[in-house]
Amino acid sequence: MSGTRDIVITQTILDAKNINAWFGSVHAIRDISLPVEKNTVTAMIGPSGCGKSTFLRCLNRLHEEVAGARVEGQVLLSGEDIYGPGTDPVAIRRKIGMVFQKPNPFPSMSIFNNVAVGLRLAGMGNKALLAETVEKSLKQAALWNEVKDKLKAPGTSLSGGQQQRLCVARALAVNPPVLLMDEPTSALDPISTAKIEELLIELKKEVTVVIVTHNMQQAARISDRTAFFLLGELIEYDDTSRLFTNPRDKRTEDYITGRFG
Amino acid sequence: MVGLLIGCAILALFPLFSVFLYVCQQGLPGLHVNFFTSLPKPVGEVGGGMANAVLGSLILITLASLIGIPVGIATGVYLSEYGKTKLSMILRFCTELLAGVPSIIIGIFAYSLFVIPMGRFSSYAGGAALAVIMIPTVARTTEELLKLVPVHIREAGLALGISRWKVTLIIVLRGSLSGIMTGVMLGLARVTGETAPLLFTALGSQYWPRSLDQPIASLPVQIYTYAISPFEEWHQQAWTGALVLVLFVFILNLTTRMILKRHAPAKD
Repeated sequence: MSGTRDIVITQTILDAKNINAWFGSVHAIRDISLPVEKNTVTAMIGPSGCGKSTFLRCLNRLHEEVAGARVEGQVLLSGEDIYGPGTDPVAIRRKIGMVFQKPNPFPSMSIFNNVAVGLRLAGMGNKALLAETVEKSLKQAALWNEVKDKLKAPGTSLSGGQQQRLCVARALAVNPPVLLMDEPTSALDPISTAKIEELLIELKKEVTVVIVTHNMQQAARISDRTAFFLLGELIEYDDTSRLFTNPRDKRTEDYITGRFG
Repeated sequence: MVGLLIGCAILALFPLFSVFLYVCQQGLPGLHVNFFTSLPKPVGEVGGGMANAVLGSLILITLASLIGIPVGIATGVYLSEYGKTKLSMILRFCTELLAGVPSIIIGIFAYSLFVIPMGRFSSYAGGAALAVIMIPTVARTTEELLKLVPVHIREAGLALGISRWKVTLIIVLRGSLSGIMTGVMLGLARVTGETAPLLFTALGSQYWPRSLDQPIASLPVQIYTYAISPFEEWHQQAWTGALVLVLFVFILNLTTRMILKRHAPAKD
């Protein structure tokens, strides 16, 4: 944890403190602390199985939904511990959205309903406001122009890249201050990937993004900060430009220069 | 070798076609509008139909559906969504056992549970017996279909701040509804032809159904009664009844398959 020493963080929105996570008896995340600055893109990189996705899923309490999984530690969202006693994980997840590796629009739901369902279930009954929010979210996700004439078509009828942007719109619709993304482009072609990347840079004006990626070039292109994970530990966390040009840890250097992973 | 397999396949299909052809041949002459509109005539009088039995079967199937569909779907949801506990293992095993219980045993069960306490044969007892036969089919289909819904779809719902039971109900279950309807219709097709459990629950009747706590006619039982009678014109009616029953089940199966084809779940 030597890595975070030099970063100047002015406004922390999400602050993970001493997170440990287990799958049954397997200790998958070892004492990771990682503050995330507001309105930035923070990337998490590392070889397969290093725990970056698991750590991400600790940030919206999704990890505990897996049978036998367990988490210890604190995650402060604007100062409030999401693991605090009496905190409802359902309410937390409305504030911390998530986009998954595979595009996963809800089956047999239209494009409109895919975006609207989160709001409806959160109790928004006003149809005009609902339509307005759906439009805004689809615009934010840079999908509106492609789907505005076929909002009633099934979400699954879109192409893979469009489906993933639909998932971004679905997550944005409930207006979360933080958006987690778990390798959102690994199932997409280069053009769709480029669209999502552009989108992220645009999005960080309004939302704080934490993204797990397999792709180091992607981390270098889009993120402000990068965290390097290895075997369940956080090895180094620094400004992206510094981490990639002047890593302090030998293991980081070996990884980014392609000596392993 | 291939020839042998084709031979076996033809052998397996042979009974289906021969039964269907024979039932058509024997039943078609008696297939008039009358069959669906009039009550059975006393022996010796010409004409008459099985309208009461057709209506009775529909009533019994409706009753069975009212109990069997919700219980079956709920069981399937439980097995699929919360299916890793000891209780659910036992439940799954019992569902499988129940599917294998001979239907006449289920009839005896309904007899002792409804007919004896109520003091008479009734539609309720018949409907309950059919419901018990339906439940395993509906439960297993529901479970299998819900298991096809990928975990990441459920997680997407959870990650959106939707509670687990709403995810199950609104995203998982609704997304599989057309498939589950298939299970329901296959269950219906199965119970439509059940005779044994109705013999001592719904009993049978020569009149229009009047009240649900009275004995009620049904197609299978009416066919059975007429077929074992010594009267030639009743035999004819029984053949026609059999044809109607076979056609009904055929149509139910075909519709189901067509729906399934149209709404085939997208490959993940």
